[in-house]
Amino acid sequence: MVAVVETANQTARLPDERHALAIRGLSLVYSDGKESLREIELDIPVHAITVLFGPAGGGKSTLLRSLNRLNDLTDVRHRSGQVWFDGQDILQPATDVIALRRRVGMVFARPVVLPMTIRGNMTYGLELAGERDHKHMAMLLERSLRAAALWDEVKDRLDDPAISLSGGQQQRLCLARVLALEPEVILLDEPTSGLDPLSTGKVEASLHELKSRYTIVLVPHSIQQAARMADYAAFVLDGQLIEVAPGKEIFTRPRDRRTQDYVEGRFG
Amino acid sequence: MAASPPILSRRRYQIQRAGFAALLMATLVTVVPIILIAALILWRGAPAISWEFLTQPPRQGMREGGILPAILGTLWLTLGTGVLAVPFGVAAAIYLAEYAPESRWTRTIRVAIISLAGIPSVVYGLFGLGLFVLFLGFGTSILAGSFTLAIMTLPVIISTAEEALRSVPQSFRVVSISLGGTQWQTIRRIVLPEALPGILTGVILGLERAAGETAPILFTAAAFFLPRLPTSPLDATMALPYHLFVISTQVPGMPIRLQYGTAAVLLVFVLGMNILATVVRSRARARRQW
Amino acid sequence: MRGVAWTEFLITRWIRVSGYSAILFVLLIFGFLLREGSPALIQIPPSSLLGVRWYPIEDHFGILPLLGGSVVVTIGAMLVGVPLGITTAIYIAEVSPRSVREILKPLVEVLAGLPSVMLGFLGIILLAPSLRRLLDLPTGLSALTGALLLGGIAIPTIVSVAEDALDAVPRTYREAAMALGATRWQTIWRVTLPAARSGVLTAVMLGIARVIGETMTVMMVTGNAPVMPSGLQSLFRPVRTMTATIAAEMGEVANGSVHYHALFLIGVTLFLISLAINLIAAAVVFRQRTRAERVLS
Repeated sequence: MVAVVETANQTARLPDERHALAIRGLSLVYSDGKESLREIELDIPVHAITVLFGPAGGGKSTLLRSLNRLNDLTDVRHRSGQVWFDGQDILQPATDVIALRRRVGMVFARPVVLPMTIRGNMTYGLELAGERDHKHMAMLLERSLRAAALWDEVKDRLDDPAISLSGGQQQRLCLARVLALEPEVILLDEPTSGLDPLSTGKVEASLHELKSRYTIVLVPHSIQQAARMADYAAFVLDGQLIEVAPGKEIFTRPRDRRTQDYVEGRFG
Repeated sequence: MAASPPILSRRRYQIQRAGFAALLMATLVTVVPIILIAALILWRGAPAISWEFLTQPPRQGMREGGILPAILGTLWLTLGTGVLAVPFGVAAAIYLAEYAPESRWTRTIRVAIISLAGIPSVVYGLFGLGLFVLFLGFGTSILAGSFTLAIMTLPVIISTAEEALRSVPQSFRVVSISLGGTQWQTIRRIVLPEALPGILTGVILGLERAAGETAPILFTAAAFFLPRLPTSPLDATMALPYHLFVISTQVPGMPIRLQYGTAAVLLVFVLGMNILATVVRSRARARRQW
Repeated sequence: MRGVAWTEFLITRWIRVSGYSAILFVLLIFGFLLREGSPALIQIPPSSLLGVRWYPIEDHFGILPLLGGSVVVTIGAMLVGVPLGITTAIYIAEVSPRSVREILKPLVEVLAGLPSVMLGFLGIILLAPSLRRLLDLPTGLSALTGALLLGGIAIPTIVSVAEDALDAVPRTYREAAMALGATRWQTIWRVTLPAARSGVLTAVMLGIARVIGETMTVMMVTGNAPVMPSGLQSLFRPVRTMTATIAAEMGEVANGSVHYHALFLIGVTLFLISLAINLIAAAVVFRQRTRAERVLS
């Protein structure tokens, strides 16, 4: 079912070619009332890093998880609005969320490696999808690990338990694991919050490298990271989208007073 | 607590020392008999244990020969109980831990489990007699006994399995879902394998209890003496705990040696399962990847 | 891909059904017991049912002596089991060093696993004759013998539940007491134990439930004389419990006879008593947990 939206005089498909996701009027309330969203309107551009920043509890994670329907796992009291991806509103009940989650992958704040080998972690998502071609999986495995800048470090120990890797390596494994599914969008929720500066740097470098081929939405764990990474940045406060602008502008010349206060550290 | 601080009076420490000693004494009174009981039964039962004892049926009204039918009977009943109780019990645990949201229904289920756990074993025997032996017509049989023991073992299996499932970190499930897994795929590939040692421990302990119980099988499965070994689940069977009961209370002139021997075999069976469960538990803890 | 989805559907169905099976079984058991036991209420007049003679051969179905037997044995068992069980739990939870604890806990678990028929066996062979000689009784098979053994059977239950309760007391309580200058001993009795009060109570209740429901041991060592216990003397005389009655007589009754129904009625009574105790114990635990959550949050 392709979306048809009338804007002015023309019918357009959502999202348009320059964007991967289009969020329209998204509102969400959890049953415990925390971290809700109010009427979010946002377009996520392709092949760029879009950063969602703002104070804790403001709804950034909620917004992120709406993009791959991971919110379904939590008790949601109310949700309205649309999130358009490839011409479909993924918030519709009829959506194939399984397929969605392969195309919109997620990396979490703490590296969560599955209790299996490195190889097992990498092929897990593919096996879930019913992939049986071992050669194909091996190819994807190597390609993804290279893209996450981890291949050289693990290529000789693919059958070691994944838990034997360091924290930074584990997080890069989580990134590679998502890449193995060949997604279009990668969501990252404070991916470097537990990592040392060296590992953080490696992850950030990988993301810069990857953005030419993927669409990346990132929740940073510091304003400095936001400034380093953002091609575009959206300031989220109390569930509302306050301001969206290219990275170069929003941290130096924010238009909204609240954005300015946050960027300058007056609250956090 | 290294040296006594000068602030506190010496008297208080004397009281503490005496109190701790008293607690230790009480603990010893509790614990030492356990060791003595086990040692006594093994020591006095060992002389009776021979190849003949373990592989031959009894003769002369139980006073001679072996206890093979009883050993086999207990094995059959334990197996039957496991086959019936484990699929139901583990599935119920999966339902409670993974699928069901907390609601009035899940609270009712939990109350039901607590109730089942509290029913005296002889009442299970009564129920088994009424339902399986008489109403459903299984007769006194391994089948009736296994069904009865299975329902009795269900609460133990459900509780330990649910706890084992819940102990698997939630983050695994979230990751699996985010990679495009269904809930069942997540359970089958990650949660269940990781919870398996805990579930296994619970199953072993549940079956250990079922193996040692007499009352539930008194009128549902057990026979005093059978001329042949059971050949089908609809046959009655001898069983170790029942055999011990009979030869110690109802056979005049029963050699004490053989009574101890039977008790020893039962003890070894039960202790063996206990040790097995402990081994499973500690090995799993060592190999855990989280 | 279709085939996989179909199996998954069936399995998920199976899981859901199993979840509710516990409710089904409880209702089934209760219903069945009631079905077979209620005719006794009709066939036996209440005056007889509440009489003090249980002598089925002559149509006497007074269950009071059986109830009395269960009560006497249970009280006796608790007198043995509660002090020993709680002190052992305290020792394990609060006093013993870690290495000793690693030995004690499995040992108590071994006791829990010992089949009751085995304890009954030792009771017949060792305990009863010893008590007979020691206390100069006509027979060693008495309520006392049963109480001693049953106390031992109750101990693992009491120890493990009480120990969990003591463990659950937040470390901050103990630290606060010791910071105020209390010794460990004083802390245990004035702070930790009171804080674990409801858990310990639960332990005792579950111990009682365990003992009331015990069959084989009592059947083997309490003498099986359905005499109404009266006075302290009854402790040293044979009694019969409800459980032993069912176990001993069920094999000999004619299906559908008054005796048969009477035994099922006793079963119903046992079911209800155990149910009541277990539910109260569970409610105590639940209330304690919610109270603790409120206090700590």
